[in-house]
Amino acid sequence: MADTTDSDGHTGTRRDFLYLATAATAGVGVLAFAWPLVDSMNPAADTLALATTNVDLTGVEAGQAITVMWRGKPVFVRHRTQGEITAAESADLSTLIDPEPDEARVINPDWLVVIGICTHLGCVPLGQRTTDERGEYGGYFCPCHGSVYDTSGRIRGGPAPRNLDVPEYSFTSETSIRIG
Amino acid sequence: MAHGSSGGTPFKNPVVRWVDSRLPIFSMMVKEYGQFPAPRNFNYFWNFGALAMIVLMVMIVTGLFLSMHYTAHVDYAFNSVERIMRDVNFGWLMRYIHANGASMFFVVVFIHIFRGLYYGSYKKPRELLWIFGVIILLLMMATAFMGYVLPWGQMSFWGATVITNLFSAIPLVGDEIVTWLWGGFSVDNPTLNRFFSLHFLLPFVIVGVVFLHVAALHITGSNNPKGIEPKGPQDTLPFHPYYTIKDMFGSGVFMIIFAMFVFFAPNYLGHADNYIPANPLVTPAHIVPEWYFLPFYAMLRAITFNIGIPFTGVTIIEAKLGGVITMFGSIIVLFFISWLDTSPVRSARYRPIYKWCMWLLVLAVVVLGYCGSQPAEGLLVVVAQICTFYYFLHFLVLMPLLGKLERPLPLPRSISEPVLREPGAGPLPAGATAKPMEKS
Ligand code: HEM
Ligand code: FES
Repeated sequence: MADTTDSDGHTGTRRDFLYLATAATAGVGVLAFAWPLVDSMNPAADTLALATTNVDLTGVEAGQAITVMWRGKPVFVRHRTQGEITAAESADLSTLIDPEPDEARVINPDWLVVIGICTHLGCVPLGQRTTDERGEYGGYFCPCHGSVYDTSGRIRGGPAPRNLDVPEYSFTSETSIRIG
Repeated sequence: MAHGSSGGTPFKNPVVRWVDSRLPIFSMMVKEYGQFPAPRNFNYFWNFGALAMIVLMVMIVTGLFLSMHYTAHVDYAFNSVERIMRDVNFGWLMRYIHANGASMFFVVVFIHIFRGLYYGSYKKPRELLWIFGVIILLLMMATAFMGYVLPWGQMSFWGATVITNLFSAIPLVGDEIVTWLWGGFSVDNPTLNRFFSLHFLLPFVIVGVVFLHVAALHITGSNNPKGIEPKGPQDTLPFHPYYTIKDMFGSGVFMIIFAMFVFFAPNYLGHADNYIPANPLVTPAHIVPEWYFLPFYAMLRAITFNIGIPFTGVTIIEAKLGGVITMFGSIIVLFFISWLDTSPVRSARYRPIYKWCMWLLVLAVVVLGYCGSQPAEGLLVVVAQICTFYYFLHFLVLMPLLGKLERPLPLPRSISEPVLREPGAGPLPAGATAKPMEKS
């Protein structure tokens, strides 16, 4: 095919068009093939299916706590003492790094349910056992880089940017919860 | 290449001749590794490229045989490595060579990089060569990080958790990226599987980039401790036998040191915690990465403050993101130094001020390494911040400024001149000193 020169003096417009169209088609094809590969690395259906955990709370006295696994992560379930509840509820919101009132973080104030993963870089904070170091606010202390959480799991000091996450959960009876 | 300086096929063996006239690989080897003219004044710093090549091959060979016994599953990985250590014939040897080989690789490559920085090997015309080198460094880091996860001990698990969580600092899509990296909601079996797959693949990608690195080197030729180009045959030596012998001597010394670690202190560079099986519920009291990541880890932790608009309380970059940017930036900045350094003089030997800055940089990196190995508390945080500041100051401010402000020492007229010069010959004419090295 000879170069086509249109009246405005553009040369090779048809061939240019073919080049572009071919490249665009190939580009779309590559992307269409790449997406399944990329998406295959996202959580698989069976990983997503393991998404709920039931927890029996009987026998966990005030001041005690249990740790359960949910989606491969530890979840802290803490039966708070009256003192811990008062401390959590009376905190001055304006002094918090990630301000959130305690009632927005619990369903029943006796029970604190949070994901036990430091929002800094993912270590498991200490504080589930009464003998653990719990930090200045009596909640949790992360040994990795020193983040300090209060009795509502809110970040009070150290490098972590956010409060401990509260998982989706509900009380299935007085003494049991379902997480997820 | 085929009909290069060797002038047709110089080989006597008929099989070699037959192959070479169809695919001139023998001619190429002779040209690139036999006759290749190398500056005659290399010092021992020029051994480290060859050493890096040797360790890379050692890693691939031992890794290949380890992978025949290794099981990439959270329930079996730890035990399969213990089985390699106790039951597999010479499994302990392969694993100790592989684990210590990673450390040796980084020692060698860090010295190799220092050599390039000190003698200005990143400057024109070797920019691309240098860039390939930085890419190799990044690939090595990724490979070593994922390899360390494979034995599935406590440090494997928590190292992987902390490092993958770095990506959650990316605004908006951070959490999605982390879930994607994990293939789940925490570091778990899908993560281990993909890390094994990538750990197997990346070394071969490194081989490919090393090939490009060496190909680029053979276009520009090697730099040398004087940082001036060879002026002619009197300034160079054929690579073989002069530098093959020197590299063999260097690798002998290197192998002795390597063997000392493998046979007498195989766990000295590792962490005892990694002999405890991974437990997602308990974080070790003190998480530290492998020693070769410590300076970068210290930079990550040095950013303890948010960066925002002063007096408004508006935060632009949270401390966590700032740390991540600083850590990755410390490597990324290396891509640009060919252009950041404005001095026409390559070798620090002839740069009285830059020379000291270079040693300060080494000091800063070593101190950062120490800070990274300790809990980030008190004075050490400030020390790490100062060293991080100097690291970036060195590349972003001193390199561009010194090229303009510093007065370099007179450069020799050629590589062989100081050696061949007649006794009693006087100092160089003053005019020769200020010119860029190509013309000196
Ligand atoms: C750039 C080259 C390589 C580097 C820097 C590297 C680094 C590492 C590191 C640091 C470990 C953990 C050692 C430990 O503490 O146990 C490891 C383990 C492992 N690597 Fe590599 N590796 C490389 C190449 C390879 C290759 C090419 C293969 C496979 C063909 C491989 C297969 C393995 C296997 C199976 C393990 C687990 C067994 C063990 O923990 O010793 N590696 N690697
Ligand atoms: S991971 Fe908890 S403070 Fe860094």
